[in-house]
Amino acid sequence: MFKGAYYMRIAFFPGCMVDMMYPEVGIAAVEVLERLGCEVELPKDQICCGQMFLNSGYEKETIPMMKQVIDAYSGYETIVSLSGSCLHAIVNEYPEYLDDDPDYGPRLARMRKNCWEFTDFIVNKLGVTDVGAHLNAKVTYHKSCHLTRLLGVKEPPLQLLQAVDGLEYVVMEQADRCCGFGGTFSLKEPEISTEIVREKVRTIDASGADVVCGADIACLMNIKGALTRMRREGKVSRDIRVMHIAEILNS
Amino acid sequence: MPIIYNKEQNLQERVEAALADDFKHNAIETAQNTFHAKRSLLVEALPMWEEYRDACKAIRDHVTENLDYYVREFATNAEAAGYQMHYAPTDVDALHAVLDIVEATGSLSCVKSKSMMTEEIGVNDLLEDIGVKCIETDCAEAIIQTAGDKPSHIVVPALHFDRKAIAELFRQKRGYTGTEVPEEITHFLRQVLREEFLSADIGMRGCNFAVAETGSLTIVSNEGNGRMVDSIPEVQIAVVGIDRIVPDLATLDVMMSLLPRSAVGAKITSYFTIDKGPRREGETDGPREAHIILVDNGRHNLLGTPFQEMARCMRCGACLNTCPVYRHITGHGYGSIYPGPMGIVLTTALEGYENAAQLPYACTLCGACDDVCPSKIPLHSLVHEHRKNIVAGGYNSPVERGIYKGAAQMMGHMPLYRIGTSKVAAYGMKALSMGGDSLTTQANWIPVVNGWTSSRDIDNMKTTQFRDWFAKNRNGLSESVHQEGYTTATRGDKTGRGDA
Repeated sequence: MFKGAYYMRIAFFPGCMVDMMYPEVGIAAVEVLERLGCEVELPKDQICCGQMFLNSGYEKETIPMMKQVIDAYSGYETIVSLSGSCLHAIVNEYPEYLDDDPDYGPRLARMRKNCWEFTDFIVNKLGVTDVGAHLNAKVTYHKSCHLTRLLGVKEPPLQLLQAVDGLEYVVMEQADRCCGFGGTFSLKEPEISTEIVREKVRTIDASGADVVCGADIACLMNIKGALTRMRREGKVSRDIRVMHIAEILNS
Repeated sequence: MPIIYNKEQNLQERVEAALADDFKHNAIETAQNTFHAKRSLLVEALPMWEEYRDACKAIRDHVTENLDYYVREFATNAEAAGYQMHYAPTDVDALHAVLDIVEATGSLSCVKSKSMMTEEIGVNDLLEDIGVKCIETDCAEAIIQTAGDKPSHIVVPALHFDRKAIAELFRQKRGYTGTEVPEEITHFLRQVLREEFLSADIGMRGCNFAVAETGSLTIVSNEGNGRMVDSIPEVQIAVVGIDRIVPDLATLDVMMSLLPRSAVGAKITSYFTIDKGPRREGETDGPREAHIILVDNGRHNLLGTPFQEMARCMRCGACLNTCPVYRHITGHGYGSIYPGPMGIVLTTALEGYENAAQLPYACTLCGACDDVCPSKIPLHSLVHEHRKNIVAGGYNSPVERGIYKGAAQMMGHMPLYRIGTSKVAAYGMKALSMGGDSLTTQANWIPVVNGWTSSRDIDNMKTTQFRDWFAKNRNGLSESVHQEGYTTATRGDKTGRGDA
């Protein structure tokens, strides 16, 4: 834990998937942010951004969740999200529903300007690319759709990875092609989702990397699930680790 | 309406059939790679690509917003050029117009160049029913017609055939005796079709863009068959969607800078025809009479809705060529003549939620289509828009609605969330996985969940959540206090509120 003086107080948005399934990823991110001089806080009322429901078409059901996120986070000057996908929902999709709300509209408008995605925050707000991490591995990076395309965070993850000591970055073909998760798409259309993610795993395998990393845990959960199954089925010939970029930066 | 050609199977069944066909599946994957790569090279090489897209959007939107004006201008100038105009609010009206022309001219045969609009109104079936011989002359359409198959792509409809399959098909159905060499096959087809061009009574064609200022029609093609169709037969019928109009030749230039690059990764196609009216006195070729059937077929209903943006679509297929779902389920998975991202949006908008409420879910919302669309249609947002309408209109199953509403309650209330995830789900998964860290195939008996576990593992939920670690190790959780328009946050809850 960082012992010196903090120079920036931030509210951390881990996303519910990290909270429920991958606490170690959240912990890694907190440790990295603290090492870079941030005082990290976690609002106790944060649960889920509601994107999964929103994307499935359930607007009415999602509005209370949106309000909950705003209630929990709008008191902060700086908000750092570990998920590009959730952040896209908050900054780009919430306004459609809450802009006209006399209470939540103005708070959302203020809050949106204070939101950062984890890697974007480190590179473009803190101005750091070398976080002092070390990892001896060949690493490839999956460009998550919402983070890369809809939020426009393209370079920061690569800048951070390339500054990691000992890390050899290798490109995978079609790195920006969807992994096939798509939230509830993976359950509604599992056969299509499976075809897409299995092809993604084959491109990861073909890249020669021993670690595949990404900056959005949902995609990684999907990729890891397919990768481990295919490894067991003998369709992937070697062990490939799945790591969130926060874990790499904390190594 | 024949837009959805496969209503016998639901989405699930169509997808399963498409995925089971390895040949088709692989052919589309390879073709998609090629098209996408060729397009990307050209787009990178063209300075101001984004400016072109912006201009295209502005021009097309301007026409849509002033549609009545431009329809009138186009019709006036087309009539002055000698075209006979017919207006068809619906597909049935369009078919009636075709029927009237066929009867009035006593025509018995028709050659067609590729046209999505004729496919949309189902003109081939009509001509067949009334005993008029109807020949598709686009190479790929001819393959589809010979096979009695359905198109798998809007630009390259026989994408799911390879040379071997085509040679075999022609051997069986057209008396072909040659090899699988593409040149040999096309030479054969060319000889067969030449006879048809020379003997057909009607030439039926579509139109990529109709130019209002000049009243002229265009065909963008690679095979030259469009030029045969619109110049040899004595009677020409152009079936044109009302969303094909551009103001003038200068704006047409913008479209033509975008269309071939987006569609086939070429700067320009082998043939680009602009033609205007029937043959004039003293001219030796061109049709004796030329008709334009201007078809609406539901497009007016989209004006003023979010789906109005589809009026910008120039049917280039770039969205199909980048879509991860299309890649695997092919055009046939959608069961519509319009597949892929543009197909989901347009088919559902034109056919209604009663007929196409499943299609908008065949999308991961990855947004790759938005990036390549030359007219900047926000395709993935429009798919999302359909989903919202489907839920709001109650077109999905009550069981599904119940599940979503229940889950939304849980994810929106801290105590329920804590019990549901860190207790029920976490311990449940632990038990199912016999104390392991992840579920593999043990959950394959559980509906919905088995959609995931039949092909993928899933890590278990944790009994100690991130928030528990944080509350314990980082001096508690924080609370926001909101009053009088200003919110502040304070720290101090070490318990991890909502602990159940």
